[in-house]
Amino acid sequence: MTDQTTETSDGIPSPDGAAHIIDTEYEIGQDNLEGSVGPFGFDIHNPVFAISGLAIVAFVFYTLALPEQAGSLFSWLFSTVTKGFDWFFLGAANIFVIFCLFLIVTPFGNVRLGGTEAEPDYSYIGWFAMLFAAGMGIGLMFYGVSEPLSHFASSMGGTAAENGARTDWAPLGGAAGNEAEAVRLGMAATIFHWGLHPWAIYAVVALALALFSYNKGLPLTIRSAFYPIFGDAVWGWVGHVIDILAVFATLFGLATSLGFGATQANAGLNELFGIAVGPTTEVILISAITAVALVSVMRGLDGGVKILSEINMGLAFLLLIFVLLVGPTVFLLSLFWDSLVAYVQFLPALSNPVGREDVNFMQGWTSFYWAWWISWSPFVGMFIARVSRGRTVREFIICVLLIPSMVCVLWMSVFGGTAIYQVITDGYTVAQEATLELKLFKMLDVMPLAGITSLVGIVLVIVFFVTSSDSGSLVIDTITAGGKVDAPVPQRAFWCIFEGAVAIVLLLSAGGLQSLQSMVISTGLPFTVVLLIMCYAILRGLMSERKNT
Amino acid sequence: MFHKVVVPVDLAHEAALQKALQVAATMAKTHAAEVCYVGVASASPSALARSPAEYKAKLESFAQSQAAQYAIKASAHAIMSHDPATDLNKALEAAIADLQADLVVMATHVPNISDYIWAGHGAHVAAHSTASVLLVRD
Repeated sequence: MTDQTTETSDGIPSPDGAAHIIDTEYEIGQDNLEGSVGPFGFDIHNPVFAISGLAIVAFVFYTLALPEQAGSLFSWLFSTVTKGFDWFFLGAANIFVIFCLFLIVTPFGNVRLGGTEAEPDYSYIGWFAMLFAAGMGIGLMFYGVSEPLSHFASSMGGTAAENGARTDWAPLGGAAGNEAEAVRLGMAATIFHWGLHPWAIYAVVALALALFSYNKGLPLTIRSAFYPIFGDAVWGWVGHVIDILAVFATLFGLATSLGFGATQANAGLNELFGIAVGPTTEVILISAITAVALVSVMRGLDGGVKILSEINMGLAFLLLIFVLLVGPTVFLLSLFWDSLVAYVQFLPALSNPVGREDVNFMQGWTSFYWAWWISWSPFVGMFIARVSRGRTVREFIICVLLIPSMVCVLWMSVFGGTAIYQVITDGYTVAQEATLELKLFKMLDVMPLAGITSLVGIVLVIVFFVTSSDSGSLVIDTITAGGKVDAPVPQRAFWCIFEGAVAIVLLLSAGGLQSLQSMVISTGLPFTVVLLIMCYAILRGLMSERKNT
Repeated sequence: MFHKVVVPVDLAHEAALQKALQVAATMAKTHAAEVCYVGVASASPSALARSPAEYKAKLESFAQSQAAQYAIKASAHAIMSHDPATDLNKALEAAIADLQADLVVMATHVPNISDYIWAGHGAHVAAHSTASVLLVRD
């Protein structure tokens, strides 16, 4: 490594200041192939682009040609990973949270991403809207009502055992028959899955990429974070494999959730307007979502992705305020505080990785969630890194870890709390008994202006899918272009369309979505190791930054 | 007739610019105008430069080499963009206005079918700029 102090200049709006650039012979884009297919130019990394593209096609064909074999293989893989390595997921996630909190309180928090004098690329609102929309916007729409209800019900049910092993799904020891305690435990368990831990997972990946790209001058791809460990070997096959895995997890993650999302949006539309449920409607929905994402991705980060994210955050905020005011306001406000206290109180027990009795909850919920968040982390982390230049590490962690966690506590308290209130006080159990995709709509059903709020709900679901799809296409395009962010626009359009096409093919095949989603979640295991190494790389990177600038 | 000539340059494809650079220099000499070379890049590390300052220095040295080669008065103007592939047109429009240029000389490709979907940058600048625009086919 060598010192390089960069200077501020008039022509560049964002001053750079001092940064500790890594001295490598590697030139960004040196392995790229440039050319054109007909009139469309391309600039792609060789071999990451070709291998990831072909591997994705091969896996889709395998799932279609041998659906039963693929289904049983992937579900075996999924259950082995989430059940056999539950301790590993839980332990690693705890390390990520502690690591992030450690960075806030130490002098490392003062390091600025992009150099000592870099100015933030985005305002707080634009930045927050984008990272939130990419990170978990869609999940909150589906699980905001259903998860608190599930944990509340299983806690109320108490524990049951067979041959000395717990057979119930209650978190920790449950709260048999104790309504108030079941609400507290249910809310704490839900917030546990949507609070500090998932955001710490995203923060680790995002911080590693931002640091090694903006401060160390390495290309914006996943492999760059491994430079302190592998040195220049990272530009060879080690790096290719890391990047290919990231593209693989991102594209299949997006395609499978797009497929499931279309099924769920279809159910919502059926509920509201009686639109038929079936492959035709779902294919139309995926095509429409892909078309809007295509326009967004071609308009770029500022003209498309950011605008859509801000619109959606605004809409989501309005819906939240509406439910808060029209729903049981006083109950919800006190629940927000109670949930927060319960979360802090139950956090040590819920995050304990060993010697747990609540195995179903720990493996079926927590371990599954951690694998899920981790498999999404290359995509979300890379996107957050792309928009976080100019923030200090402390500001970055506070805004990527603490604020989104608080928003999740509020969201879960309001939506889950309203649904629980309907069950406890009004005896309204329709939402509780409805299928996952309908719970939100059934809850809104018994509130005023149900037609309008349900429509807002469907729009939110669809636009959150668009914002995942467009930011995902940007991420895949950057990785497969060897870290270049200015590759020809047709390339990102290609990935956006490819992702929609994979979703449609999987949707039309029996069980295709299910089995490939199991496989995506299984990629959480190797990525957990990757993330742990990233923590070490971040420390090394921050130490050199502190010492040399 | 002209005082300031703006020449948008993509330093990664310098070879394709030669004709436009020559035309710009000739126009500048004829009218005793200054040439400003404008480049748009991302703050992320790229093949050309690993930091915004390095990019700016490269563009500056490019401008000076043009000044020496053609004996003209030249300067450089670097613009950092969040997403250069899509924001180029708007960034160029803004730079032309900021620099108060009265002539833009720009290299463009021969029109082809892709222009129906993605109009060339030259076409966009010509359609939206208040300055005179001279598009030079490669």
